[in-house]
Amino acid sequence: MNVSSVKGSMSISSSTSTWKAGDTISDQFPAGLRVLVVDDDPTCLMILEKMLIACLYKVTKCNRAETALSKLRENKNGYDIVLSDVHMPDMDGFKLLEHIGLEMDLPVIMMSADDGKQVVMKGVTHGACDYLIKPVRIEALKNIWQHVVRKRKNEWKEFEQSGSVEEGDRQPKQSDDADYSSSANEGNWKGSKKRKDEEEETDERDDTSTLKKPRVVWSVELHQQFVAAVNQLGIDTVPKKILELMNVPGLTRENVASHLQKYRLYLRRLSGVSQHQSNLSTIISAQDPTFGSLSSLSGLDLQTLAATGQLPAQSLARLQAAGLGRATAKSGIPITLVDQRNIFSFENPKLRFGEGQQQHMTNKQQVNLLHGIPTTMEPKQLVSLRHAAQSIGNMNMQVPPHGAQSSQNNPLLMQMGQQQQQQQQSRGQILVDSTINHAPRLSSSMGQPILSNGIATNVSSRNGIPENIRAPGYSQTPSMLNFPMNHASELPGNSFALGSTPGVSILTSKGAFQEDVNSEIKGSGGLMPSYDVFNDLDQHKPQSWELQNVGMAFDTSQHSNSLQGNLDLTQSALGQQGFSSGQMNGHNRSAAVASKAMFSTGDVKELGSAQNVNQHLNNLLVDNTIRVKSERVCDTSPANIFPDHFGQDDLMSALLKQQESVASSENEFDFDGYSMNNIPV
Amino acid sequence: MESKHVHQQIAAMRQSFFDEEVLDEKFSQLEQLEGKDNPNFVEEVFTMYFRDSTAFLETIEQAMKTIPIDSIKVDNILHQLKGSSASVGANKVLKEVNKTRQVLGKGNLEGTKAGILELRKEYDSFKAKLEPYFQKLKQANSVAQEK
Repeated sequence: MNVSSVKGSMSISSSTSTWKAGDTISDQFPAGLRVLVVDDDPTCLMILEKMLIACLYKVTKCNRAETALSKLRENKNGYDIVLSDVHMPDMDGFKLLEHIGLEMDLPVIMMSADDGKQVVMKGVTHGACDYLIKPVRIEALKNIWQHVVRKRKNEWKEFEQSGSVEEGDRQPKQSDDADYSSSANEGNWKGSKKRKDEEEETDERDDTSTLKKPRVVWSVELHQQFVAAVNQLGIDTVPKKILELMNVPGLTRENVASHLQKYRLYLRRLSGVSQHQSNLSTIISAQDPTFGSLSSLSGLDLQTLAATGQLPAQSLARLQAAGLGRATAKSGIPITLVDQRNIFSFENPKLRFGEGQQQHMTNKQQVNLLHGIPTTMEPKQLVSLRHAAQSIGNMNMQVPPHGAQSSQNNPLLMQMGQQQQQQQQSRGQILVDSTINHAPRLSSSMGQPILSNGIATNVSSRNGIPENIRAPGYSQTPSMLNFPMNHASELPGNSFALGSTPGVSILTSKGAFQEDVNSEIKGSGGLMPSYDVFNDLDQHKPQSWELQNVGMAFDTSQHSNSLQGNLDLTQSALGQQGFSSGQMNGHNRSAAVASKAMFSTGDVKELGSAQNVNQHLNNLLVDNTIRVKSERVCDTSPANIFPDHFGQDDLMSALLKQQESVASSENEFDFDGYSMNNIPV
Repeated sequence: MESKHVHQQIAAMRQSFFDEEVLDEKFSQLEQLEGKDNPNFVEEVFTMYFRDSTAFLETIEQAMKTIPIDSIKVDNILHQLKGSSASVGANKVLKEVNKTRQVLGKGNLEGTKAGILELRKEYDSFKAKLEPYFQKLKQANSVAQEK
């Protein structure tokens, strides 16, 4: 370590302050990296600070987690990375980690004198990008900038490769691998270094351009706008178009790109669950003749899911085989949407189911993904939920897989669920359905949250949760879908009355984006079981989000007119699916448009793209749609779906049952892939 | 040359710490962090370390006297001690901390008490060695600066 060079350049830390957001001081990087270090031990803190300064970083130290959080909140774009001790008196380091991940989405490195495997694993599951054992060597600190680069690079990659399913799949994996390798295991330094080197070589330009950008806070409104734009343009769209469509001053393409990437990741995660869901949806759609389009939806969903990389080809094939026909080709998410729509359009019974679900959901309460997060986030979350709803299944599933997180998330989800429920009561059902679809996933981690509504749990869990959340997708969440957004009012309009579930699933959206933490999902109680909403839905413009969820539900066979009507219905019903039933109105419109586009002629791709945007949401959505279907098919299914306590296993079995029943009806459906464009927004 | 003599003394003391394994390479790393802007960095760190660790040890000793013994509290403090001792390079102290923690982890309270006694001995000895060292160092530096 050449400290002497540091001495002379101590002033560099101040001069490197120029490397602020927007600056392109690439040549100085990683000098000037803005580090926030938190440790209650003053000796360690002092040493760390000194070492970080020696690395030419710009250091801010805190000896209390609360102080650190408030500093971060005050200046969200003021830091690039956080180093935190695990054991702190005022707040557990992992909790801080979660908060940061949810609220700021900054890379966090944990430190501890503990090198026990469990602790390190905890760090990993909570989303830490690395784990350093004390005493911390300065060499270890010299490399922490890689996490900042990696994160941004992955965001870019996600974005840029959104169109390609395989690539999308690869990307997250790569990053995950890299992260895993470097975390808590200096022995693997080589591996991580190699990756880092590769990344450096290939993404140098990304570093400079992406790293310097000021961190944008994706508020609920902003996210809604984003989702709406994505829905309109399709998940495969490019950030530039989204940016133009959103027309938000000060927002850069990079911001959109990274957000898109996260969103796609989220959707992908959701769709990961969708596999199961798709099966369910397939079953559901197959069974319900009214779901003419369901089958197509399923296809759509499948495709969407597939597109997002979440839906394995197999499941897609399966779904297709289920009789989705064209639709099957579509990614999973669209299906969920379609399913939902179909559900709504075709039958009220479905709604009933939703109601039941909602009840469950209500129990679950919209879980505020971020229990620490102000409710204002809900709308945003709802937006994210909507996204999630799309991905549907996943969102719900997102309910924190981790035990630790789940506890956190549950309350969050609960909150969300409640919110969503209220709003989406009528709609919740659809969402619930989707959650059911996710049921399979639920068993994995989420348990309750998922059921309850879009278990936005992901939001909180951030890190490991995404996977779990997917599971929650189980029916219950449909309404809950993650849209934490308590768009209570919105539900009706947004056709995705499902709101409840959407929120739930969306929960994951935020999480999905961020780390599967779907803070956004706050989503109103997601469960909008009341299918009666359909009546109201006519009035509401189908929200794009909802459409997505519902998308699949719509009969392609119906003419556009009828379709629109259906869409509306479904949307309102689905609405809640998470896409901010209330908030989404505006967005929903676009979303509806987008979803329409998605569904048009069973163009899975469109859905897929839209879905991609809402990768996470898709998961949710898929779940939702799937669930919706299932619910429709079996009115009683809801009951089945929601075992006393959204036990994941129970849900899964319930969903499976439904799916089976649905599947049979699906075959009868003919998904003509009507064009959504006609759907009045 | 007094200063030279003092420097030699200091160097000898320092080397003995390493030879006896009282200090480990972490200490050298800390020394490397020192610079013109912060010439007394290592000493400041150790001042902080001694201040906190003395308090920690006292707390532990108190805790071990209460009935029933709050082993979680004791473990937490030992954990703290572990982190800070490791960070400054207090090698032997760290070893004792780890030993004691292990014993405590097994539920052996008597063993823990014995361990803490050993820890206290080691810590006191460590402090007794390092403090004069820093004194001399400060002296030597101030003398050098005067020149």
